Amino acid sequence: MIGLDVLDEVFIKNGLILAFLIVGVILFLADWMSKKIFNKRIPGVAIAILAALVMAYFGGDEGISNHPFFSGMALLGGVMFRDFTIVATAMGANLFELRKTGLPGIISLLLGITVTFFVGGSIGYAMGYTDAVSFTTIGAGACTYIVGPITGAAIGASSDLIVISIAAGVVKTIFVTIITPLVAKKIGLDNPSTAMIFGGMIGTTSGVAAGLAATDPKLVPYGALTATFYTGIGVLLCPSVFYLFMVYLL
Amino acid sequence: MKIYGVAFLAACYLMGQVIGKYIGIGLGIGGNVGGVGIAMILLVMINDRFYKKTSLHVETQAGVLFWSSMYIPVIVAMSSILNVKVALSNGWVAIFSGILATSCCYLLIPLISKWSQLNLKKSTE
Repeated sequence: MIGLDVLDEVFIKNGLILAFLIVGVILFLADWMSKKIFNKRIPGVAIAILAALVMAYFGGDEGISNHPFFSGMALLGGVMFRDFTIVATAMGANLFELRKTGLPGIISLLLGITVTFFVGGSIGYAMGYTDAVSFTTIGAGACTYIVGPITGAAIGASSDLIVISIAAGVVKTIFVTIITPLVAKKIGLDNPSTAMIFGGMIGTTSGVAAGLAATDPKLVPYGALTATFYTGIGVLLCPSVFYLFMVYLL
Repeated sequence: MKIYGVAFLAACYLMGQVIGKYIGIGLGIGGNVGGVGIAMILLVMINDRFYKKTSLHVETQAGVLFWSSMYIPVIVAMSSILNVKVALSNGWVAIFSGILATSCCYLLIPLISKWSQLNLKKSTE
């Protein structure tokens, strides 16, 4: 038993270092599966992300990191490291490409938020959430899991509505992560310009980043650049312009 | 030295965070608006300047590239800490609105992409 106590102490104290090891092993196994079992038709990164999502299911509200053994995953996969490494990917970006897609990038942001809000809200409406506050909160949640709760809190939504909006945002992130590599060819997602439009239309930074990583890592900086503005603009529009519009409409 | 690259990256990141925060306060939202995007633009522009004069030292670049390559492991770790249970257990409203609204956006991507290329052709002609 003394042996187990010692191991426990070492692993929990060095959570971040242990997370490096765990993620390294996951990626190694995923790459091996991709080569040996799927003949490289499914990228190793996609398998690794899927495995991580399954692990998250067995955890709690913070995924697998609720388990003390995996607590370091929360630090490695947290917002600080996520944003720091995404900024670092800009090293491979080309200034000319970024300039070229400036205006379409901005348009895709506005269009992406508007379409997502109204389609998401309408589905809530069709399923019985017919007042302006519910429509706005669910529509905002369909944008990202950050826009949803901020909007809900701002317009006085009930806590179960806010949970639905967070859930809608998380569903979106998972959906984008899994579906992007599968539909990339069909939507022409193979160049920097389309990647920027993709980032603006879809917007969930985590989903865009994970989806592009599994599609083509070279496109990550372009998609991430526009996606990082999405949540901010969503938080700006949903509880104000969109909410007032819904109050007027319903 | 590699640490120069890491420090350069850290400087861009922090500047972006500060500017993004001020934009958020200015807009009355309070959050961080586009901080990461601004940091990326800073990094690309400063790197571009250096590249034209004297390219960033190989070792300095290696400091940035290391963190850039850590991005996929970070994304894997991030996926493992999502609240997947809440996403799947909160009923069909969340699942339908999340998936259908996003699907509509996927359908629009090729259209905007085409429009953007046409636009570009016009402006270069």
